[in-house]
Amino acid sequence: MSRGHRLTIRAESRVGLEWVLEPSFDGGLILFGGFMTVARCVRSLALRHLLCGCGAIAMLFLGAVAFMSPGYAAEKLNVGEDAGAVAKPASGGEGDAYDVAPEADAVVAKINAAVRSGWKAHNLRPSRQATDGEWCRRAYLDLIGRTPTVEELDAFLSRSSKTKRAELVERLLGSEYADDYARNWKTIWTNILIGRTGGTDRQSLTSRPGMMDFLEQCFADNKPYHLMVRDLVTATGDARPGMKDYNGAVNFLVEKLDEGGVQAAAKTAQVFLGMSVQCTQCHNHPFNEHRQNQFWELNAFFRQARVDVERMGDDNPRRDATLSDVDIAGEGKMLGRDNRREIYLEMRDGKLVDRDQGELYSAPLFYELRNGQLQVAYPAFVDGTTLAELFAEQGPEFGNSGRLTQVNRRHELAKLMLAAPELERAAVNRMWAHFLGYGFTKPVDDMGSHNPPSHPELLDELAKAFRASGFDMKQLMRWIALSEAYGLSSEIGAGNKEDDPELGRPPQFSRFYIRQMAPEQLYESLLTATRADAGMKKFDRELLKQRWLEQFATASGNDEATESTSFNGSIPQALTMMNGELVRRACSADSGGFLDQVANDAELSDREKINYLYLAALSRPPGKDETKICNELLAARYGNVVETLQDVWWAVLNSNEFILIH
Amino acid sequence: MNFTTPRGMSRRHFMQHLAGASALAGPALALTHSLRANAAALKRDHKACILLWMGGGPPTIDMWDMKPGATTGGKFKPIATAGAGQINELLPMVAKQMDHLSIVRSMSTREADHTRGTYYLHTGFVPNPNVIHPGYGSVVAYELAAQTAALEIPPFVSVGGASEGPGFLGMAYAPFQVDSNGRVRDLDTPADKARMSDRMQLLGMLERRFIDQNRGSAAAEHAKVLKSTVELMSSQQMEAFKVDSEPTAMKERYGTTGFGRGCLMARRLVETGVPFVEVQLGGWDLHQNCFTTLETKLPELDKAMSALVEDLDQRGLLDDTLVLWMGEFGRTPRINENAGRDHWARSWSVVLGGGGIPGGKVIGTTNEDGTAVTTEPYSSEDLMATVCRAMGISLETVFTASNGRPMKIANGGKVIGELVA
Repeated sequence: MSRGHRLTIRAESRVGLEWVLEPSFDGGLILFGGFMTVARCVRSLALRHLLCGCGAIAMLFLGAVAFMSPGYAAEKLNVGEDAGAVAKPASGGEGDAYDVAPEADAVVAKINAAVRSGWKAHNLRPSRQATDGEWCRRAYLDLIGRTPTVEELDAFLSRSSKTKRAELVERLLGSEYADDYARNWKTIWTNILIGRTGGTDRQSLTSRPGMMDFLEQCFADNKPYHLMVRDLVTATGDARPGMKDYNGAVNFLVEKLDEGGVQAAAKTAQVFLGMSVQCTQCHNHPFNEHRQNQFWELNAFFRQARVDVERMGDDNPRRDATLSDVDIAGEGKMLGRDNRREIYLEMRDGKLVDRDQGELYSAPLFYELRNGQLQVAYPAFVDGTTLAELFAEQGPEFGNSGRLTQVNRRHELAKLMLAAPELERAAVNRMWAHFLGYGFTKPVDDMGSHNPPSHPELLDELAKAFRASGFDMKQLMRWIALSEAYGLSSEIGAGNKEDDPELGRPPQFSRFYIRQMAPEQLYESLLTATRADAGMKKFDRELLKQRWLEQFATASGNDEATESTSFNGSIPQALTMMNGELVRRACSADSGGFLDQVANDAELSDREKINYLYLAALSRPPGKDETKICNELLAARYGNVVETLQDVWWAVLNSNEFILIH
Repeated sequence: MNFTTPRGMSRRHFMQHLAGASALAGPALALTHSLRANAAALKRDHKACILLWMGGGPPTIDMWDMKPGATTGGKFKPIATAGAGQINELLPMVAKQMDHLSIVRSMSTREADHTRGTYYLHTGFVPNPNVIHPGYGSVVAYELAAQTAALEIPPFVSVGGASEGPGFLGMAYAPFQVDSNGRVRDLDTPADKARMSDRMQLLGMLERRFIDQNRGSAAAEHAKVLKSTVELMSSQQMEAFKVDSEPTAMKERYGTTGFGRGCLMARRLVETGVPFVEVQLGGWDLHQNCFTTLETKLPELDKAMSALVEDLDQRGLLDDTLVLWMGEFGRTPRINENAGRDHWARSWSVVLGGGGIPGGKVIGTTNEDGTAVTTEPYSSEDLMATVCRAMGISLETVFTASNGRPMKIANGGKVIGELVA
């Protein structure tokens, strides 16, 4: 199959460009009219290296001076500015905590009605409501990434307000928990965007702290989702914090631009549009509608993106990366005439030309069909919209130009993505799965007619509401967290045995599906429960956490950056929990440590001390039988409270009830 | 309420209170005793399989099915082997073992992306959103459970990489992943045995309580894995991972590389009774500098792979131990402008032998530039069926997947006729 060619364009080109016009979203004076391409580029395999200029014959509309209309961009969501296009969040945010806005209620009611109609259709009786303790635990875990402390749990349980669940959601989304919230969601999204191993290798171009930093800002500001997506897809700048043109957002793409940006296209489609198109780079998808040409047409949007790498020196493996957009001439020209690996662009008579070959044409790329034939591709969005069409007024080939003064392809892609309904559908599906354990499709990032959703109307409604909210992520979380389905017990009843997505059936959400904590959730929960991070600097805290997390993730080292985790319920995880450093520290009897403090708390009886541990780990007090056993253990330890607490704490932390979100 | 400590309450008494209620009663108690038979006492009349997994997709056209003289041929020369075919000159030691190994040159598959290809070659199925299929290791571990009753360490070990998961067979058949030094993290318990045993009792009760609340299968799966973990922690058989205890000459024969140590560990694990070991050698995704990379990669493979086959043979283990060498696909016959080869699934090779698979054969051919298979093409399903048959696993086996659907072992693949002894 075809891979992109490494395209190196010397810096002169960019200097030259500044002479013309600044690239702009809304257009401006452009010196060229347009190009027309005769795209008969099917070439046999043997001709690959000999691809000559006739692959893309261009006819030039000479000297036309056109005024490029901003019309297209103006109709769509404005991607150029943060303000303006975005509607105010439906509920006022932090100021008016403890009140669920009426808009929120309406959407929650819609969710409940849609899920209920599914129960009816499948003849299911839902599980009982989760207890307050169970619900509180899951809300803390899902919204801020850790279990509640005993004090937090107590505060919730002791409230008698009828709307206390809504109140808790507001608190967790509000200023009181701003740090926990931002930490949780930056972690989740860092893992989505660059995986658990992204940036962990010393030679990696990706700066994990940079990615984290950008996302932390996004979530701390509750940046509208579509703007976060836009920033990630169009980012330029330096990857590492502290560098001159630092922009953490570049870390999404900075290591995905090899081989012509195959991974950039695949990941962008998968993460933001819910389209798994990875395999279509080589062939039409075996069981969905995606076609190979679509992959490469999407990939064409990333061809102007380029990464410059600066080595820190011979002894230092660290490499600093900068992501920018550059003019491209297209593959045909580059390899076509003389196999040149570098192109020099310069201004000549007010036109940007290839120093050695003269006028520039539209910039195509080539990919290989399964039968070995080469095919040409120009930028086209997944819905078939081509840049050539969008810019047709400027001439038939204008939209296919590789010149930034004419078309910045990533900016155009962002506009198209932000206008596409797939954007909110993918986001809503992912968010629903985060809270409910299963999305409307499985997997969440492979949507489409080949994989029908379990609740099509609900997905539609929620997606629309999310867009209408101005892509307000907190609002979306609020709706889902306050839904009836999220409030159900995880206990399977006689009336909903059939509702089991593990059996491959579409989930009906008639109970809360249990799932394992992520390693990050475990870590944060233990740290908070044992107050082990008291007085720790943020930087050190993150560093220690990262080091602990790294032991579980393995990268496969191929060009898809596949990775796996051993924190998956297997033996290595059990070993870590039983014998590893983290739990060992949590269970230590060191003077001044957590267990020591509990043991020596004069206000607590022995029984209350054991209760405290149960509440801290499981958000419930021990049952009668458990109290009895713990008492007996204390007796067997000849009244040594600290030792007994150590044993009890170890056991609850290692239990299924602790590690499972239920 | 502050309760007074009943003096004289012994540990034994405490344990008695718990024994019935625990989900882990057996292994928890075992912690205080030394466990059953050690490795040496194990019978050796069992079948085993070692998968040498070449993650990234190795250029088989440069290794097992060379095309000297063709434009796609690359720079290396073929050499004769102890078997029928010729192979790369950089694999001279493997060449001497080729009387034990056969090459299938007519693999032809459709998945040319890493994730999908890796899944397909491991399971015989293409990825499907509704069901996760078990890979080779899990299938073998599951099917040979009867033969591994005395095994205290996991029946499926993956060295140097993660392999594919157990799918609908459940976490009890998940790969146990170790690095090639055989270091298993966190094996030492944080407290003495008596105390750990108490803790396990308490934990067992917690597990049971939660399982009984009927909240889904994950609760019971957790208890099962805990049980295996405790068993492993106290097992003598863990010695099998200690590859460093081998004599220096032996270690050098396999090569002092990660893959060399992994292959040596595989032999030790098979001796101990582990029915499936996967050893991974990654870094085959040679889009660039294919040939210069092979100059260092092939010698590493040559040493380890030849040592493994030779060693198994000398120990009398080769007749019952199948060795399978493969990646997720081959690489393009066309050499790209970066002196690399890209993903290619249409015509490529795998190598296997031992465990009743006849050696020295070359099965299938490709055309003169290696771009197409000219004989009957074989699929992942066919290869898996061939391996299962050699392992004594019935091809009539039908699993019931988690979605209730019947699922034929090896996806109903057909045994490669030439590889039937």
